Amino acid sequence: MADHKKKRLTPVQLQYQELAKRHEPPRPLARNFLRAFLVGGVICIIGQAIQEIFIRFFHFTEKTASNPTVAVLILLSVLLTGFGVYDRIAQWAGAGTSVPVTGFANSIASAAIEHRSEGYVLGVGSNMFKLAGSVIVFGVFSAFVIGVIKAIWKMGWQ
Amino acid sequence: MLTGHQTWVFANKPVIVGSSAIGGPFEAKGPLADDFDTTHGDLMLGQDSWEKAEKVLFEEASDKAIEKAGLTKEKIRFLIGGDLLNQLISASFAARTLAIPYLGVFGACSTAMESLALAAQLVDSQAADYVLAVTGSHNGAAEKQYRYPTEYGSQKPPTAQWTVTGAGAAVVAREGSGPRITSATIGRVVDMGLSDPFNMGAAMAPAALSTIEAHFRDRQLDFYHYDLIVTGDLARVGHAILSELLPKHNIKIPLERYVDCGMLIYGDNPAVWAGGSGCGCCATVTYGHLLNRMREGKWHRMLVVATGALLSPMSYQQGESIPCIAHAVSIENE
Repeated sequence: MADHKKKRLTPVQLQYQELAKRHEPPRPLARNFLRAFLVGGVICIIGQAIQEIFIRFFHFTEKTASNPTVAVLILLSVLLTGFGVYDRIAQWAGAGTSVPVTGFANSIASAAIEHRSEGYVLGVGSNMFKLAGSVIVFGVFSAFVIGVIKAIWKMGWQ
Repeated sequence: MLTGHQTWVFANKPVIVGSSAIGGPFEAKGPLADDFDTTHGDLMLGQDSWEKAEKVLFEEASDKAIEKAGLTKEKIRFLIGGDLLNQLISASFAARTLAIPYLGVFGACSTAMESLALAAQLVDSQAADYVLAVTGSHNGAAEKQYRYPTEYGSQKPPTAQWTVTGAGAAVVAREGSGPRITSATIGRVVDMGLSDPFNMGAAMAPAALSTIEAHFRDRQLDFYHYDLIVTGDLARVGHAILSELLPKHNIKIPLERYVDCGMLIYGDNPAVWAGGSGCGCCATVTYGHLLNRMREGKWHRMLVVATGALLSPMSYQQGESIPCIAHAVSIENE
């Protein structure tokens, strides 16, 4: 794809792109990885702590505790989004805040808040999944494909 | 009068009799805060959407410029304005309130100088005695339309720019006192095949080069003619690129006289990445800070080159590169 695109560029364009590339401040990759690791890890520790609380004090099993744990994380993420804090943490943390379930909640809540001005039906309702929609579509589709592969694998095994 | 290929030299030298700059909360914290006529503490400006807030910025800038020119809006013959939103809703809705005969123009972030050049042309050719040129943008509204919801947590790269919340307006008149518009160069669309919407400075720099080159060629000026050459919103990345391109193309303007509105408006604040952008950037900095310094006599001749990236979110999603444009207007003290 990239090569195909490059072929259509004129020599002047290519020459300029090389010059522009030199002036582009590099993305601080090492710092981004470290921060993503730390923040993503911290969010998971918080999740683990919430799960432990549900198991210890509310008599959930390890399996049944996962649903309320996710719900609490989503609630926290939505609150932080609403108070305008989540995007600031995200600029610092990068993938650390977008990969866990909190990032998914943020993408839905932020779109809902943003389009509140167009009303509940045309605004919130139809725009809420603007960002999360593709995650759901491709998540469900890849789960389906993996499911089919698993079923075929099992048939062959027996 | 047409001079060279794409430059108008205004024989009657239309005057900027009044200009204004209105800003948002973030602009109020920047180094140019004192050059804004009004800054708002509330990004919503008491409205219930970003878009309505942008319209209010537009109206306030218009009213202020007319007031500072010592006129009433009935005296203004035409309003030429534009913004970044789909169907130019801020400019058109403000024109509904102002009830001045209106021409909407779109040149993305180059709109400030596009509208000023047209206003000067109307006045110079005696099609009008007073014309108002207004341009504005709003950070929230621009993010919502071009990128992601404002509260969405995505990390931006160091080449990204911060859209200015603000509007600037200028009243151009046949006679009066103030800095005069001496010429304008209308730019060609330049596309170097760049497609990263988070690196607009690099995409727009060649357009600025093309227009500056055309301006000096058409007017056959000395490279030391201007005290100041200002680009609209190339920010740090684009400024560095253009500083390298100019001497390469034998445009020997003294580089210490070349500045960029996107770098001036927020200073060294790292929170805006490479600098400011949006059509409010060039408008507020030019109609506030730069014209104020000109009236004080710090500079006498400046060339403002407003740069614009003519992309839409859809063209980007369809894999198109970013076509860019720049328009230059020279403003001189008598």
